[in-house]
Amino acid sequence: MRPILSVEGLKKSFGGIIATNNIHLQIEQGEIHAIIGPNGAGKTTLISQLSGDLNPDKGEIFFNGHSISNMPPNKRSLLGIARTFQITCLMLDMSVLDNVTLAVQAQNGHSYRFWSDARHNNQVIQTASKALEQVGLLDRENAKASDLSHGEHRQLEIAVALATQPKLLLLDEPMAGMGTEESQKLIMILEKLKPHKTMILIEHDMAAVFALADRITVMVYGEIIATGHPKEIRSNPAVRRAYLGDQELHGC
Amino acid sequence: MQILTNFSFQNRSVTLVFSVLFLLPVYTSLTGNEFYLDLVNRLMILAIAAASLNLILGHGGMISFGHAAYLGIGAYSVGIPAYYDINNGLLQLFLAVTVSGIFALVTGAICLRTKGVYFIMITMAFTQMVFFGFVSIEEYGGDDGLVINTRSSFGQLLNIENNLNLYYFILISLVACLFLIHKIVRSQFGLVIEGSRSNDQRMRSIGFDTYRYRLTCYVIAGCMCGYAGALLGNFTNFISPEMMDWSASGELIFIVILGGTGSILGPVFGAAAFVILEEWLSSLTLYWHFIFGALLIIVVLFAKGGINGILTYFGSGK
Repeated sequence: MRPILSVEGLKKSFGGIIATNNIHLQIEQGEIHAIIGPNGAGKTTLISQLSGDLNPDKGEIFFNGHSISNMPPNKRSLLGIARTFQITCLMLDMSVLDNVTLAVQAQNGHSYRFWSDARHNNQVIQTASKALEQVGLLDRENAKASDLSHGEHRQLEIAVALATQPKLLLLDEPMAGMGTEESQKLIMILEKLKPHKTMILIEHDMAAVFALADRITVMVYGEIIATGHPKEIRSNPAVRRAYLGDQELHGC
Repeated sequence: MQILTNFSFQNRSVTLVFSVLFLLPVYTSLTGNEFYLDLVNRLMILAIAAASLNLILGHGGMISFGHAAYLGIGAYSVGIPAYYDINNGLLQLFLAVTVSGIFALVTGAICLRTKGVYFIMITMAFTQMVFFGFVSIEEYGGDDGLVINTRSSFGQLLNIENNLNLYYFILISLVACLFLIHKIVRSQFGLVIEGSRSNDQRMRSIGFDTYRYRLTCYVIAGCMCGYAGALLGNFTNFISPEMMDWSASGELIFIVILGGTGSILGPVFGAAAFVILEEWLSSLTLYWHFIFGALLIIVVLFAKGGINGILTYFGSGK
């Protein structure tokens, strides 16, 4: 089967610093593909190039066979690529429901509708509510986004991405800053989504990575040093040396 | 009963404000105090201009320091045709709105590519260009301005040479503009504008070409302010480039912030406070701008919602 996303020779540098170099990656339909690596390995830079927030210096990105290398983020979103942000990136002074409603609206063609009340559009609100339900935030729909807890912000990040009805979900450290209990909850949420979505997951929480990932790619200093199934990665000597030191890989 | 209890504070204040405005001519004709009518005319025109600025500034987060350009364009759209004895009101209003819209489209397309301080500076720069443009056109009075001998004519339909008719014409315009903004803000389009103010990066990430939406909003605000400018020309019977001096744009921002950004009645309260303070303070001292400044600082520091915020706080408490 053709991969949903394929990346060929992607390179991005900031001044003299090469953030990602010579990245080749194939994401299969329906898999959860984790990307791990130490801080500064270029994981977020890679995600940003996939979502269109950054333009690559070199290389190509194909989504379902079509080149999207120079497409702006809003167009990629319409094709079915959604991302969440490592540092919470939401419409904080709007309500939780408004955040998700906008995401649904974005996929419904244009929003040059000046007259009827956006918050009374049942079809949009229903889809939005469903996305909130999927991440367990439905009871908070009327709260202001800035009033949510950190864990709830992370959930809303995912709800907003889900509300765009993506085919490919790019998750940039969804568990960042979460306690064990909250992480556990989020792992369950992602597990429930797994049959319906292809996901790329950047995560430092190894328990989450090994619980969820079908395949894992390891990045160090902007380059991929290994890609494979969790078992292979766990026993890969290069990965151990470069990333994990001598410590044991726990988590399953 | 249900309707009565659901009648929120905001609805009550809207009803109250417009009842007062509607009945004011009765009071002035009884007391023979025509002066108040003039004051309120100016207030209402400024309120329309400020409301249009509030749409982009308060709701859209686009801090334009050049909004007075549209007041000028609107006023000259009445003045220049009148100079050639073309008094057709519909034509003049059409000119005011379309020329303002085109100016907003062209300048907005450039301004909206910038952010923050750069946006503020570039909107101001465009307005200064219009300002100096009209200063240099001797035919239309240069910096001395131009007297409008005849107000817009609407045939048999409406005669605004009559001050009372003009008053109600402006009042109805104000109600219509505020209602229009009220609808826009709550629409899908309005939600996109709010979202783009709140977090433009995320809005693009979920699939919106926010630039186009912001530009559309910028044009709508320009058209509406151009309309206010046409009213202003009719009201003052005189136009000059001074109407679009950068300080005039500053005054509009002052009104919006004083009244309360992002609220429907804020611009009306702000304009009222502005007109009353200007009238009262300038009779007390030559340095009345000084007190204006101090007041703005107090509002910004202690009452973020402006006058509308203060009134809502006390009104809902009861």
